[in-house]
Amino acid sequence: MPRLTLPAEEAYLTRLMGFVTQMAEASGFNSERIRSIELTTEEALVNVIQHAYPETAGNVSIDCQMDRNGRFIVEITDNGVPFDGLDFSDPDLDADLTARQTGGLGVFLIKKMADHCRYRREGERNILTLGFEVPTYDDRKHADETNP
Amino acid sequence: MSMEIVKNGEQDNCVLVAVKGRIDAVTAPEFDKQVGEWVDADTSDFIVDLSELDYISSAGLRSILGVAKRLKENDRALTLCSLKDTVGEVFDISGFSTIIPIFDSVEAALKER
Repeated sequence: MPRLTLPAEEAYLTRLMGFVTQMAEASGFNSERIRSIELTTEEALVNVIQHAYPETAGNVSIDCQMDRNGRFIVEITDNGVPFDGLDFSDPDLDADLTARQTGGLGVFLIKKMADHCRYRREGERNILTLGFEVPTYDDRKHADETNP
Repeated sequence: MSMEIVKNGEQDNCVLVAVKGRIDAVTAPEFDKQVGEWVDADTSDFIVDLSELDYISSAGLRSILGVAKRLKENDRALTLCSLKDTVGEVFDISGFSTIIPIFDSVEAALKER
């Protein structure tokens, strides 16, 4: 399965996200869906950089593959401190401009935009799995009809 | 393309800005710096044209919210216009569409804001 491992640093974000985008393109997603996949990956990576390695440096790996249910799976693995990349409370969407806070926004976007997400700690590793349904022929046909 | 920010002058006491490309964790600091300077150098409202913005993540939303809050503190306003569908979706999901006025075009933003 294709895998990219790089230092978990902001300087490598563009390359890490480029890798996922390339894999998603090869799996037949349209450009809108690719943006969602890219966005959820960015949010997950930024959280790894900030929270899994708060003081030390380390690597992050991205694996992309199709699972047996035909879903496109992005798995993000780090060797940092235990950190559940999905465990944030949702932002208060009803707050007005002055009161609105931005904490937890990235995780909220992950939960809303990925079809499936799961965190697990395995040994010394944090593993976040994001799953995306691949559009079927009928979905694509329907999208073509509704968006000529 | 990463990000390009252009200031398109001023109209009806409103600074017109266009952001192209991406506002993500990599480019957001540059957005904060550039737009922050323009906000400080002026007393007008801001209209930001996002018709050529292809991608925004939570880092970008945070930057937009920062500008909106900063302007509001001085009784000024941020208005956005011409969001692409994919960008609009992120604004909708995050609830930002309800706290920041969004219009279909710069003209509509100038007229109706």
